Amino acid sequence: MDFTAVLAQIKPKLGCIADNLVLIENQIIKAREAGADLIVFPELALSGYFLKDLVPEVALRIDSPEIQKLIEFSRDISIAIGFVEETDDFHFFNSALYLEDGEIRHLHRKVYLPTYGLFDEQRYLAHGTSFRAFDTKFGRFGMLICEDMWHLSASYILAMDGATTLLCLSSSPSRGIEGDSPGSASSWQKLTSTTALFLNSRVLYCNRVGFEDGVNFWGGSEYIAPSGESIVRGTLFEEDFITAWVDEGSLRRERIFSPMMRDENLFVTMQELGRIAGERGR
Amino acid sequence: MAVSNANIELLRKLLVGFVRDEVRKVGINKVVLGLSGGIDSALVAFIAAEALGPENVHAICMPYKSSNPESETHARLVATACGVNFSVVPITAMVDAYFDMFPDADNMRRGNKMARERMTILFDHSALLRALVLGTSNKTELLLGYGTLYGDMASALNPIGDIYKTQVWQLSAVMGIPVEVIEKQPSADLWAGQTDEEELGFSYRQVDELLYRMVDQRVTKPELVANGFDREFIDSIYTKIQNSHFKRRLPVIAKVSNRTIDRDFRYARDWGK
Repeated sequence: MDFTAVLAQIKPKLGCIADNLVLIENQIIKAREAGADLIVFPELALSGYFLKDLVPEVALRIDSPEIQKLIEFSRDISIAIGFVEETDDFHFFNSALYLEDGEIRHLHRKVYLPTYGLFDEQRYLAHGTSFRAFDTKFGRFGMLICEDMWHLSASYILAMDGATTLLCLSSSPSRGIEGDSPGSASSWQKLTSTTALFLNSRVLYCNRVGFEDGVNFWGGSEYIAPSGESIVRGTLFEEDFITAWVDEGSLRRERIFSPMMRDENLFVTMQELGRIAGERGR
Repeated sequence: MAVSNANIELLRKLLVGFVRDEVRKVGINKVVLGLSGGIDSALVAFIAAEALGPENVHAICMPYKSSNPESETHARLVATACGVNFSVVPITAMVDAYFDMFPDADNMRRGNKMARERMTILFDHSALLRALVLGTSNKTELLLGYGTLYGDMASALNPIGDIYKTQVWQLSAVMGIPVEVIEKQPSADLWAGQTDEEELGFSYRQVDELLYRMVDQRVTKPELVANGFDREFIDSIYTKIQNSHFKRRLPVIAKVSNRTIDRDFRYARDWGK
């Protein structure tokens, strides 16, 4: 079915759950009033990004009042949102929830925690161990958190699991000033577009803005059609509220024109990956 | 691959956005900076004026009796060009009172004292005006350690600490900094006729090309030599970076507890902002 998605390109405050929750609620209400069916927030929207030792302080259990409140909001509009999740065994994950009809439809825990250059996630966070597609009112979705998408296998697994829409929640910092936009922004645009094209899938990419300790987040949230074409893109560097009309027809047509996913041979892939794993084990 | 390939308008947008966001998020809307008459502080004044409005920027010129009179003229010219508040606080009385007790002090001690005297004036005005102190050290001098620790290197926020001198020149031209300030020889102005490039023994453009490859691109030494850089020049710059690293770090703390500041007690400075 066709649906309207909002990409909430926000500027969270670092370590301020209460303030960010108010900001997020206001965005949800605005999207609902605009008649949107789905609202997507960035990675760690509830907490901010460069948390370091704040991780245990801002972590939320799934049964926390904050998450329960968002679950309630999802009776009227579907919500995808990033936060630090605390588990019963006191592990902390960089997680994303997909909430719909007052229920949790899916929880994704970021698998690939970047720990290089300006990133230090593995020092503070536990990594997820799965990529699973899930059913929503709008078709079968897959969720990725930022760095996850830089691993081809992540998007590939979700597409093979039947996802035709990939949500990517991001907190991508600006770096590289040689091009028209930050180098990281150009790389991401290539990545989201190419992923959509390879997998005949839509990509809804939501990135935050603002600064944390001198590091800028560039925004540029985007809806990319299954053809790889950018349909709508948020402003760079500024807060934005991007409305994307997502139609089923273009997905269906693309899958007829370019049936790569239909022809994708899972068994060849499995056989060869199995062989590689076996050879590495020796 | 060259240091001069930056998209200057993009750079401008990032640096102006940085000042606006990082100043306002702490509940302040003013900044104060030292205006020397040179290009680095001129550029920071222009960036701040664009970010916060010139009425929220306070530039202070702090000459010593041996400073070139042209420096104050240029500082005034810059302040007028970007419309920021301007005042002059001479440091001669304070510096001379101190060195009357140590008349044998050499140029280095005197230069460092002047830089630190200026720092105390800026931080005093920070409290007076409820304004954050903006730093004016560029990446070239930070990497080379060509600055005074707790003097001109001290600030709350530094918009230009990740751009090389070559890029300072490029951005300054675009932002409309007076041409006489852009074109004059860079100088610490500690004694008459001093120029940075003469004191350092190489030109900024020359060293920027090396630093950009060595630091930003992580080009190895054999590759740099193959690309025509002089081996001794590479070694001397590498040593300068290494030997001045202490200036770019907080003081070293003896660890005895389970959580030592900055080692295993780690928070962003924008914690809660």
